[in-house]
Amino acid sequence: MLILGVETSCDETSASVVEDGAIVRSNVISSQVEFHRPYGGVVPEVASRKHLELINPVIEESLAEAGVGFEDIGAVAVTIGPGLIGALLVGLAAAKAIAYTLDVPLIGVNHLEAHIRANFLEDPALRPPLVALLVSGGHTILAVMDESGRLTTLGETLDDAAGEAYDKIARFLGLAYPGGPEIDRLAALGDAKKVILPRAMIDRDDYAFSLSGLKTAVLNYVSKLEKQGQEIPLNDLAAGFQAAVIDVQVAKTMRAAKEYGVKNIVLAGGVAANAGLRAALKEAADEKGIKLNAPTLELCTDNAAMIASLGYEYLKEGKTIDMTANSDANLPLSS
Amino acid sequence: MQIRTETQTPAETGALGARLASFLRPGDIINLSGDLGAGKTRFVQGLAEGLGIRGQVTSPTYAIIKEYRGGAMPLYHFDVYRLDRLMDLIDLGYEDYFFGDGATVVEWGDKFKEVFPSSALTLELIRHDATDKRDLTFVFSDIRWQAVVEAALR
Repeated sequence: MLILGVETSCDETSASVVEDGAIVRSNVISSQVEFHRPYGGVVPEVASRKHLELINPVIEESLAEAGVGFEDIGAVAVTIGPGLIGALLVGLAAAKAIAYTLDVPLIGVNHLEAHIRANFLEDPALRPPLVALLVSGGHTILAVMDESGRLTTLGETLDDAAGEAYDKIARFLGLAYPGGPEIDRLAALGDAKKVILPRAMIDRDDYAFSLSGLKTAVLNYVSKLEKQGQEIPLNDLAAGFQAAVIDVQVAKTMRAAKEYGVKNIVLAGGVAANAGLRAALKEAADEKGIKLNAPTLELCTDNAAMIASLGYEYLKEGKTIDMTANSDANLPLSS
Repeated sequence: MQIRTETQTPAETGALGARLASFLRPGDIINLSGDLGAGKTRFVQGLAEGLGIRGQVTSPTYAIIKEYRGGAMPLYHFDVYRLDRLMDLIDLGYEDYFFGDGATVVEWGDKFKEVFPSSALTLELIRHDATDKRDLTFVFSDIRWQAVVEAALR
């Protein structure tokens, strides 16, 4: 069965055609990053307005690339949350219209769960149980998936999300948007040992994260140097910041893998594209004989293929929505 | 009118929020101003705690609006850091929250001063270089806030 996936939760308008939940026939992502760059972040109103302009062309392109027409689509899967409410509504309205017109099932997909799903799409041999680290602009979540595929959130950030911390620090340092890739790039050139920043909550025996204190530590470090008239060692600071974020994420992920006795760890979300994080987690996992999965860039970032793929699983379970369904900006990963 | 105070730690900023929360009423609106890392979200975490809301209050920068229920009244947590035009705020339906059944707190509210009624409370948080100390200034024209803030500071 061909499922049309639609994703508009944040700054990407994306549509995809996926066959039987597994074969990606097309995955069109109309990246708006170029458009957002002057604003130093995702501007929500701009995002929803751009979604409106892009949604139809992107859907048409996804069908054309897949070499199919609307009449070939067996169901429509759409992100219902979490995300920016105005952006989510654009995708949902489009999906409703298509499902209604074609008289096919409409499936409302959890965006966070779909990010984790991207790993299965890329590696069909992957099986739960596993521990998932989901890091993105709006989320930092550690979760465990049991053998039946059921997700339980172990912990999340108490304040700022990982991608948000990267963006805010990058903006503060006057770096290019988006902040994550830029800090990742500079960090590779710097020496993390030269700027030691706090590893928040690394010793706490739960799975919570906190990035607000680290943000403040960077601000304090910069203002101290500025006061002394010293130049800011951007590369070393980026390396020190990145190491502080990664150390905690790796430590907690490995602890969860041990506690739940899993042999698989998956990375998910936009920050999963971070080279420093991937390398550090891979090294720690290898040491324990644990397999690490991390999606390719195209499936890390917000994309509709993961929505269509998970939508297929929902459909098998009979989880569809009707025309009265609403988007939920604060939808949690697991209830 | 203004009332000034200071806190020495993030925990103190949160505790002040928790004490202030016990005097809140539905329809109350608080504008939080202060730079990155000044403690705005920490203050809101205190408000939520004071209202008896379970569940973690996190930065709403990405979602713009977060709603917390299950306490003495709903708490609506805005972060307008990423919004540039008044139209954006109107599109988000801010009036439904401001004049609704809960208390609303807005981070970076100074960007849209025109939407705050005269009954709103403003709290400015100022960060000092390389310390945890924060200067807090409550600004209001509604006399009720004087009693509330003084009680919260006691």
